[in-house]
Amino acid sequence: MSDFKEIISKICSSATFSEGDTLLVTVPEKDWFPLAKALKENKDLDFDVLSAVVGMDWKDELGVIYYLTSTSHDWAVISVKVAVADRKEPMIHSVSSLWKVANFQEREVYDFYGIKFINHPDMRRFFLRNDWKGYPLRKDYDANPDLNPIPLDDEKNEDDTVSYVEDAKGKVKAVPGKVFGEDDYVVNIGPQHPSTHGVMRFRASVDGETVRKVDVVSGYIHRGIEKLSEGLTYPQILHFTDRMDYMSAHQNRHCLCMCIEKALGLEVPRRAQVIRVMMDELMRISSHLLSFGCTAMDLGATTAFFYGFREREMVLDIFEKTCGARMSMNYNVIGGVIADLHPDFRKDVHHLLEVMPKALKEYHTVFSGNIIAMNRLKKVGYLSKEDAVNYDITGPSGRGSNWSCDCRKKHPYAVYSELDFDEVLLDGCDSYSRYMVRMREIEQSCRILAQLVDNIPEGDIRAQVPKIIKLPAGRWYQQVEASRGTFGVYIESDGQKNPYRVHFQSPCFNLVGVMDLTCSGYMIADLITIGAALDFVIPDIDR
Amino acid sequence: MFNFGIWTSEFNNWLLGLGIADWLVVLIECVIIAVLVLGTYTVLALFYILYERKLCAWFQCRLGPMRVGKWGVMQVFADMFKILVKELICLKNTDRFLFKLAPYLVIISSVTMLACLPWGRGLQIIDYNIGIFFILAVSSVGVLGILLAGWASNNKYTLIGAMRSGAQMISYEISLGLAIITIVVFAGTMNITELVWAQEKTWFIFRGHIPAIIAFLIYVVAATAETNRGPFDLPEAEHELTAGYHTEYSGIHFGFFYLAEYLNLFIVSGIASLMFLGGWMPLHIPGWGGFNAVMDYIPSVVWFLGKAFFISYVIIWFKWTFPRVRIDQMLAFEWKYLMPLSLANLLLMAVFVALGWHF
Repeated sequence: MSDFKEIISKICSSATFSEGDTLLVTVPEKDWFPLAKALKENKDLDFDVLSAVVGMDWKDELGVIYYLTSTSHDWAVISVKVAVADRKEPMIHSVSSLWKVANFQEREVYDFYGIKFINHPDMRRFFLRNDWKGYPLRKDYDANPDLNPIPLDDEKNEDDTVSYVEDAKGKVKAVPGKVFGEDDYVVNIGPQHPSTHGVMRFRASVDGETVRKVDVVSGYIHRGIEKLSEGLTYPQILHFTDRMDYMSAHQNRHCLCMCIEKALGLEVPRRAQVIRVMMDELMRISSHLLSFGCTAMDLGATTAFFYGFREREMVLDIFEKTCGARMSMNYNVIGGVIADLHPDFRKDVHHLLEVMPKALKEYHTVFSGNIIAMNRLKKVGYLSKEDAVNYDITGPSGRGSNWSCDCRKKHPYAVYSELDFDEVLLDGCDSYSRYMVRMREIEQSCRILAQLVDNIPEGDIRAQVPKIIKLPAGRWYQQVEASRGTFGVYIESDGQKNPYRVHFQSPCFNLVGVMDLTCSGYMIADLITIGAALDFVIPDIDR
Repeated sequence: MFNFGIWTSEFNNWLLGLGIADWLVVLIECVIIAVLVLGTYTVLALFYILYERKLCAWFQCRLGPMRVGKWGVMQVFADMFKILVKELICLKNTDRFLFKLAPYLVIISSVTMLACLPWGRGLQIIDYNIGIFFILAVSSVGVLGILLAGWASNNKYTLIGAMRSGAQMISYEISLGLAIITIVVFAGTMNITELVWAQEKTWFIFRGHIPAIIAFLIYVVAATAETNRGPFDLPEAEHELTAGYHTEYSGIHFGFFYLAEYLNLFIVSGIASLMFLGGWMPLHIPGWGGFNAVMDYIPSVVWFLGKAFFISYVIIWFKWTFPRVRIDQMLAFEWKYLMPLSLANLLLMAVFVALGWHF
């Protein structure tokens, strides 16, 4: 990490450094874009993945913290802080030309903090309506409902966009633009549509049946979890994580718990660690089974959908017995887990491990091997490895593009480093590969469960935790491998009972970012299957 | 084998004997037949809805409707009454006349086809010398209704659905027609009654062996597409176009599309049983006199319905097993594979007939 420090200070003399759980580089705004370019392109740095973009309001200044990962340097992570003091017209240079994933991420920051990104191609709000007044995540935001009454009319200017372009002299000018052309035949898919897997809206311009461009309109079920979290204590925040990606409830909560435990310097008992990993893998099986079912369903194979749900029911029964709920389990707590395993747990897991191989064989017979299914999924929704890295498409979708990005291997946490399992990689770069990665990951999750189910150590299920949890001042970032990719939690604390800022970096947010790229040139019917194979969950996007 | 024609001619003679005018007799008979056809239509549609729901439930490890009546038998009646009392919604920017006309076109074509089927010995309503040709012609009217529905709704989903439907039905009608013509070449007639009687010795699918079996397979695939059923259910692809061409319809207008879809399933199955499996003709094996006599004891209506239900079962099985194809794949399949195959098969059948290589 000290190497990075030296190289960065050589490139950018104005950069200052502070150590935390990751190296934090602070640069003035004017030096930010050249540094970003160097971070991406310099071979000694080679930070090719933009893991998270966190908007921040420090009261005296507004800014952004970028978390960058270098795949070639052993997945090293650094963070860069860029801040501006101007609260009226805060402007920061966009990095969306370097890391494509920043396109949507910066729109989210603009939406919540009002920071305008220079040279961003499409500076619209991402979640809120264009006519929304104020920027909700700023600390001085006025939440008076009279300012933003519930609108009863349609959004008037949803086709209008703007780009803040910097000319050669460094003057910034707003250039208005349009999302779709005058003659585009725009088909509206969602927010109420059977196959958007939730309240998601796509606007697709089509030429006959061929999709030309997809515009993602999000925010129909945004709950403002990050803003809510700032007013709640840490144990209260935990409950939100189960309600983001409800198919990765255990992993998400595991991540937030680990982040808080890291800040507290808390040692989690080994029994709790093993239980957490088992629950994570059960959750992954359940999620991938749902994904299998929904992919089949979106292709019109309703029967395969029921087969997937039949086995998923067994996993949910296991959850129900131990956690008391089938969804929103609320099982992990700071320092461990909330309740001990149900006496039937081992028997049920053994039964699941027995059934699963047979069930997978049946799925392949009824769906994966079907000629129509193969024709519908193969060579559809092409996403090259370069694009997957650039758009930070992690999880099964990234591994379907042959990008080795499994957080359980790259940043091992809990007991994953001791376990014997393979990272499933396929090089088809199409929907079929993404789908098959999921099916094979079910096998790998079963392998992990088989290793752990008879080796659950005795001991406490949670560590001793102070009654009132206060984190020391500082910032922490933690990643886990959720069912759909790398899930990240950013916490900044000022020493109070409640966090100063919490940011959840959800994998699905990046997944919708490639909808335009993967769907353009394919047919309307493919848009649905590409969406199904990418497998995004809407509450994870609309946090 | 009982001839239902005895009843109908007795009734006709009785009416004539009453001393009323001839045109009035014809009118009375027409009204009675219309009522009977519509009644049969409704009952069959209700039966088919339940049939499909129960079958798909069994394919999917479920029970299907179980609450209303024994085994959920009354569920379809409950659904029918619900659909009858629902409001007919007509949105502001729809083309009202065409919008309301469309479901009737669809249902008229389907009822007319139903009237042409050979229900049993002596149980037939329309019996032209070009019977099967007439059925094909009438079936095309249904496409018009679907296209109108999609266009008049003034909705992008319905329009895409209607366009898909038009492309699909026009394409697959070619294979369907060629498969039927193959059998017409073999039988040498288009009259439905004669077609059935020509299978007295044994069914066409056995008599015509190789080309007849190929024609049968082509027919089943094309018929599945023709009825807009999975894996060819693109016009109403629920997961892409919400409900395709009938997205904007409600109440009984939607019900007409729904009924016509199920009845078309029965009708294509009925035509398949007529063309390949002998219509109402029992299974006869030449030389097995005793066996044939036993088969003759089963009423002809049961034969016809049994064969139709069996073929419907196969088509329903397709739907609940296969994923949906894409529009370009579907058209490529028809124009690149199915149609050339049907043409070659027609030629093959002509050769077989000319050289007498059949039973």
